[in-house]
Amino acid sequence: MFAAELLVAQNIGFAVIALAMIVGALRVVTTNNVVHAALWLVVVLSGAAAQYVLLAAEFVAITQVLVYIGAVMVLFLFGTMLTRARIGTERDLNNTYWRLGIPVAGVLFAAMAIALASSFGDEQLPKEPRVIGVQEISDQIFGPYLLPFWALSFVLLAAIIGAIVLARKD
Amino acid sequence: MLTSQFLLLGAILFCIGVYGVIARKNAVLVLMSIELILNSVNINLLAFALRNGSADGHTFALYIIAVAAAEVGVGLAMVLLIYRNRRSIGLDELSEMRG
Amino acid sequence: MTLLAASEILSPLRDGWFLQNAWLAPLIPTIGFVLIILFGKRLPKKGSEVGVLSIFASLVLASGAAWQWIQRVGDAGEERFVSPVIRTWTWWQSGGMEFTIGQHVDGLTVVVLFVVAFISTLVQVYSLEYLRGDRRYTHFFAALTLFSAGMLAMVIAEDMILFLLGWEIMGLCSFMLIGHWWEDGANSRAALKAFFTVRTGDVGLLVGISVLFFAANEWTTSNLGLSGFSIRGLSAWALSGEPNSTVILVAAVALFIAAIGKSGQFPLHTWLPDAMAGPTPVSSLLHSSTMVVAGVFLVARLYPVFFTGLDILGPSSNLIMIVAAITIVIAAALAFVQTDIKRVLAYSTVSQLGYMMLGLGAGAWLPAVFHIFTHAFFKACLFLSAGSISHSASHHSFDMKKDMGGLRKHMPITFAAWTVSTLALCGVFPFSGFFSKDEIIDNVGGNGYTFFMVVGLGGAFLTAAYMTRATYLTFFGEPRGAAAGEHGDDHGSHDSHAGPHESGILITAPIAILAVLAIFSGLFNATPFGESWEYMKKWTEPRAVVVVESHSGGPGEAFLVPTAESGYGDSPCGTETPKSGVCYAPQLNHAKFKWSKALLSLAIVFVGIAISWLLSAALYGRRDPRLVGLTQRNAVARAGYRLLTNKYYLDHLYERGVVSTIAGPFARGAYWFNQRVLDGVLHGVARVSRTVANVVYRDIDQRLVDGAVNASADATKAVGTSVQPIQSGRVGHYGALLFATAAVAALVFVILNT
Repeated sequence: MFAAELLVAQNIGFAVIALAMIVGALRVVTTNNVVHAALWLVVVLSGAAAQYVLLAAEFVAITQVLVYIGAVMVLFLFGTMLTRARIGTERDLNNTYWRLGIPVAGVLFAAMAIALASSFGDEQLPKEPRVIGVQEISDQIFGPYLLPFWALSFVLLAAIIGAIVLARKD
Repeated sequence: MLTSQFLLLGAILFCIGVYGVIARKNAVLVLMSIELILNSVNINLLAFALRNGSADGHTFALYIIAVAAAEVGVGLAMVLLIYRNRRSIGLDELSEMRG
Repeated sequence: MTLLAASEILSPLRDGWFLQNAWLAPLIPTIGFVLIILFGKRLPKKGSEVGVLSIFASLVLASGAAWQWIQRVGDAGEERFVSPVIRTWTWWQSGGMEFTIGQHVDGLTVVVLFVVAFISTLVQVYSLEYLRGDRRYTHFFAALTLFSAGMLAMVIAEDMILFLLGWEIMGLCSFMLIGHWWEDGANSRAALKAFFTVRTGDVGLLVGISVLFFAANEWTTSNLGLSGFSIRGLSAWALSGEPNSTVILVAAVALFIAAIGKSGQFPLHTWLPDAMAGPTPVSSLLHSSTMVVAGVFLVARLYPVFFTGLDILGPSSNLIMIVAAITIVIAAALAFVQTDIKRVLAYSTVSQLGYMMLGLGAGAWLPAVFHIFTHAFFKACLFLSAGSISHSASHHSFDMKKDMGGLRKHMPITFAAWTVSTLALCGVFPFSGFFSKDEIIDNVGGNGYTFFMVVGLGGAFLTAAYMTRATYLTFFGEPRGAAAGEHGDDHGSHDSHAGPHESGILITAPIAILAVLAIFSGLFNATPFGESWEYMKKWTEPRAVVVVESHSGGPGEAFLVPTAESGYGDSPCGTETPKSGVCYAPQLNHAKFKWSKALLSLAIVFVGIAISWLLSAALYGRRDPRLVGLTQRNAVARAGYRLLTNKYYLDHLYERGVVSTIAGPFARGAYWFNQRVLDGVLHGVARVSRTVANVVYRDIDQRLVDGAVNASADATKAVGTSVQPIQSGRVGHYGALLFATAAVAALVFVILNT
């Protein structure tokens, strides 16, 4: 009984959050105000974090909140403010050929939707998922996936240095 | 919960992101669209992690978050530099690489 | 079987504070290095005081450790295995693997630890005076201190990772110090040459460590609870009868290549004489007494691996002995044609390192280690004396023929120290070199390698001869050049009083201390005086007994199986697989000392000294017309002289020869083919083709081909023009194209799959 109610609640939660995310994402790519776009992106990213919780990935969800919403969005807002003196509605945010995007996105979505439907159909996710703790993730990162971790460390280092070099005033 | 509902959400976000990358002229907005794409990938990865009961998806989701942070850092630094040099961040004005 | 005796539980051996904390010895100089780099320039003595104090602290620790080790050996008695003092800390854990860092203190460690700390201290004191006023004074002391830290870390390393770390730190410091005066192009070239040559060998170390790890890790983990990097685990593994003979051969050869590079053995010895471009204290510390013995130390440390891998004590000669024998002879011969006093000493070092390697290769482990000990003192003393001469007498010149001669009157302390050390190097009784070098030669012969014993004796003859020549040129005869008070180049010398004079106390004191040790350090293992004088053997040689570990990874001293009544006299270690236990050292033989053999080698040495003295006096002193210019007149002498002055053309071989030997015959062959075969064919063909060509030109070329070429060019141009807009240079365009292509590709896949 309880499990069934929980499942219903989960499905409702998924639907609400997914709707908010889709609306947010659409606004990100259509709004005429860069700051608004950034704020809509916050909605999408928070929704993604909530979806991660639904997918039993609490640690990733927390990281998402900390890194994306905490750090990346601040960067975006700073970038916006530093590059555009006036904050407000602007024309001219879209390319002249922006209409090209609609068929491309549509075709891609159609292809993926067909592929998904034919491969997974109405397959259910496991009702009682295996709990994947932080320890297991860290064992993965520092075990079999150590090499990508190192590579990633170098990417981050290069990014830090590169960002400093690029943004320097001289 | 169905597997495909998460995957479908990912697909929708991905396509919206693709539209943004194509349609937007402002460099910051293009970066935001790329973030949308990366997040849709993360949703897919975590959905598969739940389905297969493995921690690999979590690991890669974390890696993607880290890469995205690096990408935004460098990307915005470049945007700043471009803005400083041309007082504009319209990507359509950057065509030095024209063949 | 005497396994019953094994059940007695032995009490743990004493380990005092110094043994437990020997790891501080490398740590303190490391901290000292950081302090010098950060604050050195602001300190009153420009950072040198930090260097001297930190290395002195290491010396105190090393001395304490040595003292307590001697007590520990005393506790263990005559037969028991003296287990090393091991402490480890885990610094990295990944996927079930533990990486540890730690100390492994045993007799070998203690000896080399003491030697390195002691000579480092003296050289740093010496440098206070020698480099006074140098423009990179602070950096010099920083590098010197870091070098000591690296060497000490390598010596106490518990596993091969820390060993590798120390090894590489030394290589780096060696590079920095050789190129200390890098403004001179020759110095920076020498530094690069040293670095690259040693790096060539270092590849072997990496390969060897990797091979050993993958081969041994499983065995060591399951049997001893140690990782495949652990030196103790590798030693036990190598003697367990477990390893595949090919694998351990590959590992031993790879490690030996590293030792060849670091210890200047043939054919990678060419960097060492050039390394003399560095300041003299550097030559004295790094390139004679400590760093270059790192290769020897590697072989001594992982001796069981080499023992099993290269079949030491086997019936045939092995790689180590062959390389060492070649090195001894060719380096000693090269020392004869050098005019630079430091280069004579450098080749002498190469030759002496060859002796150490020869000893190790022939199963004379203890004499080789003992030679590290004595050689460090007298060779450091020789180098410091050479530095003293150039500092105070020859006006910063090292040229024996141009700027020295007759210095014995002006520099009594330096002369006395030099003479004592020279006699020690030549192996004259009762100076220290006699006890170690003669032991090596004796044991090589005793183990049945007669040919190599003869090579060793020949090397002793050459050593005596070239050192006599150098001594004569430097201290006897008429003063020449700067030694006679002439100023070749007046570059604002810091000492106002011209002419040769004795150096200051900071230079002479280290020399005097080292000279005293050059006389007496041989008494630590004076085999001629009977067994009771063989302290070094008692203290440092690991006992070849079968050890049963009380628990895996444990201290290794709770249970013990003495396999024979007579102690470790005939243990199975090294010859057969130990039953119910492990071996940490192979069973080695010790030759019985005989005065007859010693007198033979002493006679050879004295003959060498006498002949060389007479020739030197005739050639350099009286300018005997029969000898002067012999190398120009006599064809054989000329050829030999040229071969030696060109260092056997090895440098030519490495720098140009490799290319030209490959390219030369190839070019000649190609030329011959070109002249004989192709030309003949071509002449014939040319006539025919000319007729054909006329026809072709008129009919085919002008009409057909030209038309086709023009047409295809037009087509390409048209395609290019039509596609050009795609390359708009706009990122947005590219993105759109990319995703559009992806969309089309996705569609194709979906359609294909349904």
